[in-house]
Amino acid sequence: MSKIKGSQAIIKCLQEEGVELLFGYPGGAVIELYDELCKSSIRHILVRHEQGAVHAADGFARATGKVGVALLTSGPGATNGVTGIATAYCDSIPIVVLTGQVPRALIGNDAFQEVDIVGITRPCTKHNYLVNDPEDLVPVLREAFYLAASGRPGPVLVDLPKDIISSMIAYPPKKKEPIKMQTYQPHTEPHPGQVEKACRACLKAKRPVLYVGGGVILSNSNQELTQLARRLNIPVTMTLMGLGGFPGTDPLSLGMLGMHGSYAANMSVAKSDLLIAVGSRFDDRVTGRLDAFAPQAKIIHIDIDPTSISKNVVVDIPIVADCKLALQAMNSWLDKCDEYNPQEVAEHHQPWVEQVQEWNAKHPLAYMEDGEIIKPQFVIETLHKLTGGNAIITTEVGQNQMWAAQFYKFNHPRRLLTSGGLGTMGYGLPAAIGAQMAFPEATVIDVAGDGSIQMNIQELATARECGAPVKIAILNNRYLGMVRQWQELFYNRHYASTVMEVTPDFVALAQAYGAVGLRAKTKAEVEPVIREALATKNVVIMDFSIHREEGVFPMVPAGKATTEMLLV
Amino acid sequence: MKHTLSVLLRNRPGALSRVTGLFSGRCFNIESLCVAETFDPQVSCLTVVTAGEASIIEQVTKQLHKLIDVIKVNDVSEGDFVEREMALIRVKAEAATRAEVLRIIDIFRGKVVDISPTSYALEITGSESKIQAVIDILRPIGIKEIVRTGKIAMLRAPKK
Repeated sequence: MSKIKGSQAIIKCLQEEGVELLFGYPGGAVIELYDELCKSSIRHILVRHEQGAVHAADGFARATGKVGVALLTSGPGATNGVTGIATAYCDSIPIVVLTGQVPRALIGNDAFQEVDIVGITRPCTKHNYLVNDPEDLVPVLREAFYLAASGRPGPVLVDLPKDIISSMIAYPPKKKEPIKMQTYQPHTEPHPGQVEKACRACLKAKRPVLYVGGGVILSNSNQELTQLARRLNIPVTMTLMGLGGFPGTDPLSLGMLGMHGSYAANMSVAKSDLLIAVGSRFDDRVTGRLDAFAPQAKIIHIDIDPTSISKNVVVDIPIVADCKLALQAMNSWLDKCDEYNPQEVAEHHQPWVEQVQEWNAKHPLAYMEDGEIIKPQFVIETLHKLTGGNAIITTEVGQNQMWAAQFYKFNHPRRLLTSGGLGTMGYGLPAAIGAQMAFPEATVIDVAGDGSIQMNIQELATARECGAPVKIAILNNRYLGMVRQWQELFYNRHYASTVMEVTPDFVALAQAYGAVGLRAKTKAEVEPVIREALATKNVVIMDFSIHREEGVFPMVPAGKATTEMLLV
Repeated sequence: MKHTLSVLLRNRPGALSRVTGLFSGRCFNIESLCVAETFDPQVSCLTVVTAGEASIIEQVTKQLHKLIDVIKVNDVSEGDFVEREMALIRVKAEAATRAEVLRIIDIFRGKVVDISPTSYALEITGSESKIQAVIDILRPIGIKEIVRTGKIAMLRAPKK
């Protein structure tokens, strides 16, 4: 068999995996690979910081459901990617990160631009590899893609020594059969007995609530979930990661629950007698004080990862399965069940549905108007109005993230791309670029704070260069908003290191990158600025000077029960 | 409560690091650890003694299963098992106590592996309780140094 260069083998392998674009930044260790890459059909997007490359691959993956790919050089290139990798790990996002490495003979020798990236990323990757033998190169890459996308998805890193990239290998043909691994066999099929138990519990319960997380998005099961919720007349609350998994404008939707969730969402969980957790993991942002979480509820938990089940909260009916298959099985069981009468069940649950809607009416997500001062919630509402609720929204982290989650109602999955688990400031702009590259015709908006946007501001150059006309809505209060809010509430308004004395002129900054900068200082200016931005075929920064001390409410203070919410 | 977990691992570089990293990263406790190849050079067996409540042990086991390099995890303490440890113990052995030390070594079926004018080093193999008994008996005489392996364990074969 004729041999090809390692670099050519890598390109061929990526093409076979369906990779059409990747994000990266070259360096000495990967220069050979870049030489081949830029002759191939795969489009390479040059970023301006490796963290941006990994976040862009992540945003691409969240928006499309495909595996995102990033290419980084060795040493500092790889270490700059660690935050992006950890971000993807905490939210279970399928990405493959290829890092260059020094030649094998120099590994362990304190060589130039050498780091043990496999060691560094062991705790924050689903799995990682150092390719030590040219014959392993292609099998490892194939396995990496398989691991990234299957079971509970996650980032997989493959470390490529320079001499492996330049070695000659015989390219093994791709087998038709899917990859089988002895040590990794995700359990995707739901146990029929458990499915029946879960269905019966749903029919019997008087105050059921569906608690939906990122797993529903990852498994593409929003339709099955919506069908189940509607036919059983069960209210649905979503985690930050689950928003869009059920239509936000549906009367059964309670919106987000947890630390900054709605009153109705938290109250309904607290008073429920059956909590149906689908693709969610009982995270501390959702549960508040554990001993007070859903105290009266029997708990059903559908999750593909056994480690999430009964980790924080002991559950009564665990179902280890792919959410889509489990929800399909529940729907099928109901289809075949003679005792199931949709009308009866709807009536049986209706008093409860009315109760939760009453809570919603009594304490909706709200904010106080303040004359012409711009309220950030109003900005989000206006964004929603002018995009028909159909934009792809990425966020940074903090108050900006929470307001976006609360006030932009998502009716579809894969529209809110946000760093939930790790909470990485600087995520939004590169992720928006990744999403825009996946959907060139879509409206992609990064909702940012003035602090967060500066963390990866250099990616404005990337957006301009690759033709990604993302819109950035900066909710500018010249504070590190979320921390300031905590300092206001719990530290006697001692704003230690949260006041940003120096904030750039974002309009001038946009123009410096050849983008468009727009400014709104009053409420009346908000809508015209957004209209203009949406009509502009370029990267646009919208700088909204918002009320400086606006807070995110409701809020469940740390260590409190979710019923102990601070309201507006 | 102490649990002994027997973990079959793919014998790959970094596999051991993944296991120990998992324990330290999640604050699971490692009391002892012993690892070596099995009869299949592609597979290592790692025996780890950990302590914690049942819910912690359940998490440890599940998290171990999640590692790609892990083939199988057995909680050996759940069943009937054979366990062994080895210790090398350097004990003071002067004229007055020399004979006593030798007698104790003999009772526990240990072996003297090193001699000096003032000490014996003995090798002792057995269950954890036996090793502990030897140490307790020798302590009044004067122990200078102890090096222990971790525990290794194997489930007893079904008798039917």
